[in-house]
Amino acid sequence: MKLRTLTLGLLSASALAFAAHAESITIATVNNGDMVRMQKLTDDFTKANPDIQLNWVTLEENVLRERVTTDIATKGGQYDVMTIGTYEVPIWAKQSWLLPLDKLGDDYDAKDIIPAIAGGLSVDGKLYAAPFYGESSFVMYRKDLMEKAGLKMPDAPTWDFIKQAADKMTDRANGVNGVCLRGKAGWGENMAFLTAMSNSFGARWFDENWKPQFDQPEWKKTLQFYVDLMKADGPEGASSNGFNENLALFQQGKCGMWIDATVAASFVSDPKASQVADKVGYALAPDNGLGKRGNWLWAWSLAIPAGTKKADAAEKFVSWATSKHYAELVASKEGWANVPPGTRSSLYANAEYQKAAPFAKMTLDSINAADPTHPTVKPVPYVGVQFVAIPEFQGLGTTVGQLFSAALAGQSSVDDALKQAQDAATAAMTEGGYIK
Amino acid sequence: MARAVTTQHKTIATVAAWIVALLIFFPILYTIITSFKSEQEAIQGFALIPSGTFESYTEVQAQSGYFKFFFNSVLLSVGSTVLALLVAIPAAWSMAFSPTKRTKDILMWMLSTKMMPAVAVLFPIYLIFRDTGLLDSRIGLMVMLMLINLPIVVWMLYTYFREIPGEILEAARMDGASLWNEIIYVLTPMAVPGIASTMLLNIILAWNEAFWTIRLTTTEAAPLTAFISSFSSPQGLFWAKLSAASTLAIAPILIMGWFSQKQLVRGLTFGAVK
Repeated sequence: MKLRTLTLGLLSASALAFAAHAESITIATVNNGDMVRMQKLTDDFTKANPDIQLNWVTLEENVLRERVTTDIATKGGQYDVMTIGTYEVPIWAKQSWLLPLDKLGDDYDAKDIIPAIAGGLSVDGKLYAAPFYGESSFVMYRKDLMEKAGLKMPDAPTWDFIKQAADKMTDRANGVNGVCLRGKAGWGENMAFLTAMSNSFGARWFDENWKPQFDQPEWKKTLQFYVDLMKADGPEGASSNGFNENLALFQQGKCGMWIDATVAASFVSDPKASQVADKVGYALAPDNGLGKRGNWLWAWSLAIPAGTKKADAAEKFVSWATSKHYAELVASKEGWANVPPGTRSSLYANAEYQKAAPFAKMTLDSINAADPTHPTVKPVPYVGVQFVAIPEFQGLGTTVGQLFSAALAGQSSVDDALKQAQDAATAAMTEGGYIK
Repeated sequence: MARAVTTQHKTIATVAAWIVALLIFFPILYTIITSFKSEQEAIQGFALIPSGTFESYTEVQAQSGYFKFFFNSVLLSVGSTVLALLVAIPAAWSMAFSPTKRTKDILMWMLSTKMMPAVAVLFPIYLIFRDTGLLDSRIGLMVMLMLINLPIVVWMLYTYFREIPGEILEAARMDGASLWNEIIYVLTPMAVPGIASTMLLNIILAWNEAFWTIRLTTTEAAPLTAFISSFSSPQGLFWAKLSAASTLAIAPILIMGWFSQKQLVRGLTFGAVK
């Protein structure tokens, strides 16, 4: 009897000790399909790491950005793992707000991360965030409408070809718009598209001395081309269309072409959601023969804030979620087409993945065509393809986005919008101490 | 003839009221309808008849676990309301029955705090919560919700208390009632409709508060506003799921409002005709 009591006591004590030892980490993330899938598959992680509990906080992208910025700037310590993008990583790493990821494990194979993505997430050669999924942008087009227009989409089209094709595909009587592009104001909405587009027109946000360049002919050409194209061939009310609105239009067969994130390929080719799933073709983002294409580079990545007290557990989780093993886990449970794209070279060498994802090659080519460290034709003092990696960019980018959105809506002229953008950028750069 | 005109006026007024009510309620109704559609149906354009699938509700529950958020919402809205009443009843009593020269100014100042954008004090509040260990705590959020709704609660109670003749309280005092007895046994029972409607309104305001409840919580204290926010997606159309999450979040307060509408209207129009 005594022995049994003693055994029970010991067992209870060890259970209590174990419970006390188990630590929970809080992960802040966005509600994207790949992230939601990861939450469902975490049993695999907790089985291998029974001493780590996972708490999830899923927020709308802008709220998430604001929350994690507040938390990290005040060292609030609310999160142990944060989902952030290629815009935040270089800025936050330089502020010492993030921990470098140097204990990801022997079998992690960091060299397998696509170089363009790894470059965007590293500072001084150190990786500060591990990419969960990466994306670029490319052209998605309706093969049937292109054929009807008597044209053939090249693998690497020019802007002139896009204009010609859009003019021919537009059939307003049947509700078909030649092209759908982002128009909703925001640094991550229309300005992501327009900044990437401007790179292919030879434009840049700032010269080497941080002087804003909206008064230069390259920006005028970019914005005029965009506004003219959208007026002739774009959908009605385009100035309020972002990613989701254009996705809905494309899925309903109302767009001949859509230039947007490569991640959209899995949505438009999904027969459950898209009415045109079997008619979609893909091509690289357009260029103007200047050596730069109008595509961007983005990676939702997992980073560990410097204020966390559970760095080891957090890094174990980051390593698991961005590993080759995780890709195989997703493939075994939900098929290769659902593996998070755009992060590892090995995925694109996998024959099964290539078979399951017809857009795989074009996605990889698009990612490789973007260079965040040399994004423009002329030299620039900043990093970032569709953004400028400085803290002031969120506010300034959105202000300029509002001006350009107004030009698209016809509330102001292209010249006025550019002049106001130049003034706003000059004021912000002067206030920020970039212009002496 | 006069009778016919009156009937005609009444009919027009009734029809107009129904139209206005339907217009106001329509977004909520359409959210409920959309929650019973599949994702593909949801983006296909305007349709009032859904296919009747419960798919979105099942997924929403599986993904986020509704009840934890629901429990927090109930606790925060009721808790903050009780706290607010405990502070506001004595405050409104003193302002209504022992006003000074500055009473009106104080009332105006209290109300003016509601005019400031919340984001202006986000950082100071966040730092206070961080330093006092109140981030993601129900107690902290309850106090926060109490504070932001306090000006409205004090104003409403002040308006109701002013309708009660001071002589009744004087009579109670002459009968030897202490200050507490006067508030608890004389004033409060007479102001029950006013207190009840203030309480209901405060519960609704606290239930719907989305700025602080999202920003000061992570997992433990997160209420239904955080639950809805987690279904908004920048990349991907999940309108049916978002609608199901919204319906689940507003259903309790909608039902409560439905059952207590008489008290709510009576309280809100209390003393309006004078």
